[in-house]
Amino acid sequence: MPTYNLNVNKKNHTVEADENMPLLWVLRDLLDLVGTKFGCGIGQCGACTIHLDGVASRSCLMPISSVGDAKITTIEGLSEDNSHPVQKAWKEVDVPQCGYCQAGQIMTASAFLENNPSPSKEEVRSAMHGNICRCSAYNRIEEAVNLAAKM
Amino acid sequence: METTNSISFNRRSFIKTIGLSTGGLMIGFTLFEACKPDSKVMIDLETLNYKDFNAFIKIAENGMVTIYSPNPEVGQGVKTSMPMLIAEELDVPWEHVLVKQADLDTKNYQRQVAGGSQSIRASWMPLRQTGATARQMLINAAAVKWGVDPSECYTEAGIIKNSRNEKLSYGAVVSEAALLEVPDNIKLKDPKDFKIIGKDIVNVDIDKIISGKPLFGLDYKVDGMVYAVSLRPPAFGQKLVSFDDTETRKVNGVTDVFQFGDKVAVLATNTWAAMNGKKALIAEWSSDEKLMSTEEHDLELTNLFDSDKLKEVRSDGNIDRAKNSADKVIEYTYEAPFLPHSCMEPMNFFAHVTDAKVELVGPIQTPEGTARQVAGLLKRDVEQVHLSLTRIGGGFGRRLIGDYAVEAAEISNISKKPVKLVYTREDDMAGGFYRPIVKYRISAAIKNNKLVGYHLKETAVGSSINKSRASYFPAGCIDNYKVEAAQLPSEITTGPWRAPVCNFLATAEQTFIDEIAEELNQDPVKLRLELLEKAKKNKADLEWSPERMIGVIKLAAEKSNWGKSKEGVYQGFSVYYSHNSYVAEVAEVVLRDNKPVVKKVYCAVDCGIVVNPLGAKNQIEGGIIDGIGHAMYGEMRFLKGKPQSLNYDSYRLIRMMETPVIETYFVDSNEDPTGLGEPSLPPVGAAIANAIKAATGQRYRIQPYLKYMEQVTEVVS
Repeated sequence: MPTYNLNVNKKNHTVEADENMPLLWVLRDLLDLVGTKFGCGIGQCGACTIHLDGVASRSCLMPISSVGDAKITTIEGLSEDNSHPVQKAWKEVDVPQCGYCQAGQIMTASAFLENNPSPSKEEVRSAMHGNICRCSAYNRIEEAVNLAAKM
Repeated sequence: METTNSISFNRRSFIKTIGLSTGGLMIGFTLFEACKPDSKVMIDLETLNYKDFNAFIKIAENGMVTIYSPNPEVGQGVKTSMPMLIAEELDVPWEHVLVKQADLDTKNYQRQVAGGSQSIRASWMPLRQTGATARQMLINAAAVKWGVDPSECYTEAGIIKNSRNEKLSYGAVVSEAALLEVPDNIKLKDPKDFKIIGKDIVNVDIDKIISGKPLFGLDYKVDGMVYAVSLRPPAFGQKLVSFDDTETRKVNGVTDVFQFGDKVAVLATNTWAAMNGKKALIAEWSSDEKLMSTEEHDLELTNLFDSDKLKEVRSDGNIDRAKNSADKVIEYTYEAPFLPHSCMEPMNFFAHVTDAKVELVGPIQTPEGTARQVAGLLKRDVEQVHLSLTRIGGGFGRRLIGDYAVEAAEISNISKKPVKLVYTREDDMAGGFYRPIVKYRISAAIKNNKLVGYHLKETAVGSSINKSRASYFPAGCIDNYKVEAAQLPSEITTGPWRAPVCNFLATAEQTFIDEIAEELNQDPVKLRLELLEKAKKNKADLEWSPERMIGVIKLAAEKSNWGKSKEGVYQGFSVYYSHNSYVAEVAEVVLRDNKPVVKKVYCAVDCGIVVNPLGAKNQIEGGIIDGIGHAMYGEMRFLKGKPQSLNYDSYRLIRMMETPVIETYFVDSNEDPTGLGEPSLPPVGAAIANAIKAATGQRYRIQPYLKYMEQVTEVVS
């Protein structure tokens, strides 16, 4: 099997994997970074969202061979101590119910706010539309993204 | 807080304490175990019999308290709210509390189940008594040290104080306290003295959730573990005839393939290899010729309404006479499809079966029943089955059924390896225990412009309105009232789905009440209130309180300015009692491009004392949006027994841009608390259907409502 050098959360890793193995499973099963979640495997739910060079991306559809030199950030690498504004807002609003989709929600929100620091409410709703929350904590997700934008 | 207890505080031997510990309170507990922040132990912890010692509370010498939360945390918030009950009566600051998830332990805990919105209701007294008893023992230990009577002592935020102004921290007396007799007749706090209950407390797992720490079943792993994915029959009722695993065994990482029952397990060193190995299997299945499709379910359920299979569930007065002598009888049929649960965390479980024991770890709403099932399957003593609970990525009833945990144990037993069984999303949606497909045909007899008779018939696959649910509103409100039900047998497995039966029964009945109001030319809120006046006279016969239902109706009507029309905004009302809580909702709909859009929902709730308002509101909002989403979009169809939607590209769940604003109001109450995981969902289907009727004139009676919207679009375009 081929070997790949990955930069995940500012650390270099060497992994041996099938070239088609999605980054999601490389992170979860080979690198023990289980914060990134498996939801649907077809890019529909957003639970597996990570940042690839700062861009929110669905890791379940991304073969490891396509990652190249791109810098990967997962929920574990968003901050050292939950100090990222989106994490702080998530805690202040007490967003999660079951919590399973929240890593993906937070990664989508943090990449979005990086590009659009002062979004309108409609822009927030549109940006978060791709992430499913089966518990339907949507109103708090929306509130937390708006709060994070003000931090 | 002062204590008024007069109790014996003689020191007893530990052996004697154990002997005395079995009687008394509802949970068969003995009190707390002392744990030290360092390895220097003052009492020989080895001599303590932990099985007989408190399973809920540990107190360290530095005053930090660990509270074990017994019930499965499925997103309903009990891992936060149940320890709040203990901490309140233990009288410790919440900041000093560390919460841990307890394992399955039938000796020390009762009802370790997440279901029926019953956790808080069932634990309200036992968990408070657990905390209060521990607090009293700490006081007693301090009183011995000081040589005073315990009645002269009181506690404040983890400190015991006495009238001489002496102080001892809980940590300083915990070792002694653990050896004392367990007192009974413990006095609980007056609700007006609560310091934790009723306060907004943030989810205890928040820091781990927002930083991606391993919490869920899918995150659990041990050295040497293999990942398993199973191939199951594509249609309900099909059997495995043969399979060819040649290509599967060529997949990098696949370590083993074997048949068990009508399934084939693929084991691999990683999840993706196991999934790929499964895709490469070629299987032959038995004929699906005789298996039913949704069109046939639909027809058969309609036919059942006029069959002799209907069984009486409840009957008051004489419905036939009421109908025959009525000025008018109206009748409508309401229909809802099968629904998968769609938990975000797909079904999965860890199992390691060895000669010595059976180890199970994962997300399950019914740990005790599942452990028993595994023991039964493997012919092992249930004492040998150890089950640890993980945080659960959504349940909604699906994880009340432990088939996937049993399957994991079976695969581990055959392979002799520690195994993590993982469902793909397709496995999850195709291997469901679905919300039953159900129809309600309801008729009303009207005489002299009054409702005099009400007749409800249910036909369903795998659902049954039982006697209890047949006695919810409007039972007790109408002299002639009858409920009947009939079942259609099917190979398709069904099960509880958030607010079982009520999730659509409420929609049908609360829509029908509005149809009656239209017929009587009466305000739908006034009609409900009028009916409830009648129910007050039949209270003895009802498990629910007409007064509390009236309370939420009035609160919702007041907060939503019911009846005071706003330009372009159309309101719909609904109210329901279920899971011991009362919820009234007003949905507001506007028209956008001639299509109805739900913009806002007002919600009034009576769940007694609200233990954690922050968590409670989250549950209410979640239930409402979940209810709207499934009413609008949810539908699983079958073709010859085979599920037709296998992933989110063909099964629509509600998303951010479709969610309304929600305002939640709780009735101020001193009643004991009831649960909130389910009760806000049942009323919302009718609230939106009634609002849509007001907006468009069109009456929605069949879910998913999206079908009507498509019709609207066609008409417009």
